[in-house]
Amino acid sequence: MTEIEIRDLTKVYHVGDVDVHALRGVNLNIDRGEFVAIIGPSGSGKSTLFHILGGLTPPTSGKALLNGRDLTHMSDAERTKLRKTTVGFVFQKYNLLPTLSAADNIAIARDIAGKNGSETDPHFDEILKLLGIKDRLNHKPRAMSGGEQQRVAIARAIVNHPALLLADEPTGNLDTENSNAVLGILRGLNQRMGQTILMITHNPEAAAFAHRIVTMRDGRVVA
Amino acid sequence: MMLTLVGVSDGMLGEIAARSKGTGADILVRPPGSSVLALSGAMPEGVVKVVRAQPHVALATGTFVQSIGNFNSITGIYLDEFNKISGGLKYLEGGPFQKPGDLIIDDVYAQANKLGIGGHPKDLGLDWTVCGIVEQGKLSRMFAQIDYLQDKYAQKDKVSVIYVKVDDAANIPTVLDELKQKLEDYKIFTVDEFTSLISVDSIPILKQFTGVVIGLGVVIGFLVVSLSMYMAVLERTREIGILKALGASPGYIMGILLREAVVLGVVGTIAGILMTYGTRSLIHVFAPTWTATIVKAWWWKAGLIALAAALIGALYPGFKAAKQDAIEALAYD
Repeated sequence: MTEIEIRDLTKVYHVGDVDVHALRGVNLNIDRGEFVAIIGPSGSGKSTLFHILGGLTPPTSGKALLNGRDLTHMSDAERTKLRKTTVGFVFQKYNLLPTLSAADNIAIARDIAGKNGSETDPHFDEILKLLGIKDRLNHKPRAMSGGEQQRVAIARAIVNHPALLLADEPTGNLDTENSNAVLGILRGLNQRMGQTILMITHNPEAAAFAHRIVTMRDGRVVA
Repeated sequence: MMLTLVGVSDGMLGEIAARSKGTGADILVRPPGSSVLALSGAMPEGVVKVVRAQPHVALATGTFVQSIGNFNSITGIYLDEFNKISGGLKYLEGGPFQKPGDLIIDDVYAQANKLGIGGHPKDLGLDWTVCGIVEQGKLSRMFAQIDYLQDKYAQKDKVSVIYVKVDDAANIPTVLDELKQKLEDYKIFTVDEFTSLISVDSIPILKQFTGVVIGLGVVIGFLVVSLSMYMAVLERTREIGILKALGASPGYIMGILLREAVVLGVVGTIAGILMTYGTRSLIHVFAPTWTATIVKAWWWKAGLIALAAALIGALYPGFKAAKQDAIEALAYD
């Protein structure tokens, strides 16, 4: 079943008097439960596609359906709701809130989604076990390794059970051992929980963890 | 700042009121058109005789108050008469006037200006010699012989305030009514009425001054809180981007910043209250002739003003943060 359907998607940024064509007609289908890696050189449009699918910016034209909802005509408020309920993000720089503990970083995502913080979620407990961070939940990000921080970021991204997990260079700041651990976790989430994952990476070894690799160049999908 | 200024105003006025009560008088007579705060001003000394002639008046004495700048004034008195009404000045050093140009000062003024017997206070207009140091709390901080003071300031046979002692407290209303009938247009109060009038709210210029200070406090507080919140938003650009990426609505982000502003306002109020205790101690050390009190009745007013300023000050940065572009915010280092 198709989770994401993208047709002739374009995005033009206006930088001063110059129009920058970041996406020039992207076509892509991603099925529910699929783990897809997008690779491509800098400037190929990977991040722009990531931002559009994550509801962080609207496309200029074309069609982008996520769970049957068209992102093209969404208002700011609708895209905010999409980020809250349908999409989870994992970033290269982890992007944890530095003043909060790991547990609070996860809890704030639940709070934003309007879920009761004290409500127990046995399913999520299982995820925490899978991530191996249960005994690190009371630590603040500065007291955690990069690998641990990225695992917390993954936990935060999936705490509200999003339809789509978007990962932008999730191993970009990690050593090989931690990269493999994080990629193993993403694959485990995909295999055990059926989580749909779209991962952007420069690293072919990381991309090899996915079911499918999509290559982008000059704002288009080329393979 | 606001609480300290209110405390100083209240303290200074309270001290004037206490010193007026310290005279032991029951009734005060002041010249027509005179203000509550300024005890200087002049009326013919012959009025004292009119007052004395009233039934039930046990004692009456005229005083002449000469302002000498810097919030200081010298009070000219008939020492014997004043001693009879007030129960006498309590000398800590020295004694009564010996010659014209002698000055009796209270212990606070002596300590603040490092003056002893035989000392010559500076900046009092004339060359005065300290002949006695008395315990504070009666009428004035500086006393001179009334005729010498009147003469030197070309106010011969003029007095500023007449202090009246009634034979029985029960007769005070009667004497007051009689004096008001006899001395039409003169300002005549019981001492209790007079002291109750000495407050920030009953003195228009002080009320305006306090209002200006509060206004300044609000403007400065507003700017400080605005800048603090603006800096807080700027420093947390990336964090706000993270919250937006997690789906935080503009209202959610605004709520966080407004809650922070409330905490800032409450903490600021508590800190301000604590600081008034500190400034009171500093005033006691560096300006002993000034009196600052802790005006608890103003705490809630200051709290409300601080809270309102914090909330208003946080609105623009909060609005700016709520509207921030998530992608730009996430790219911020």
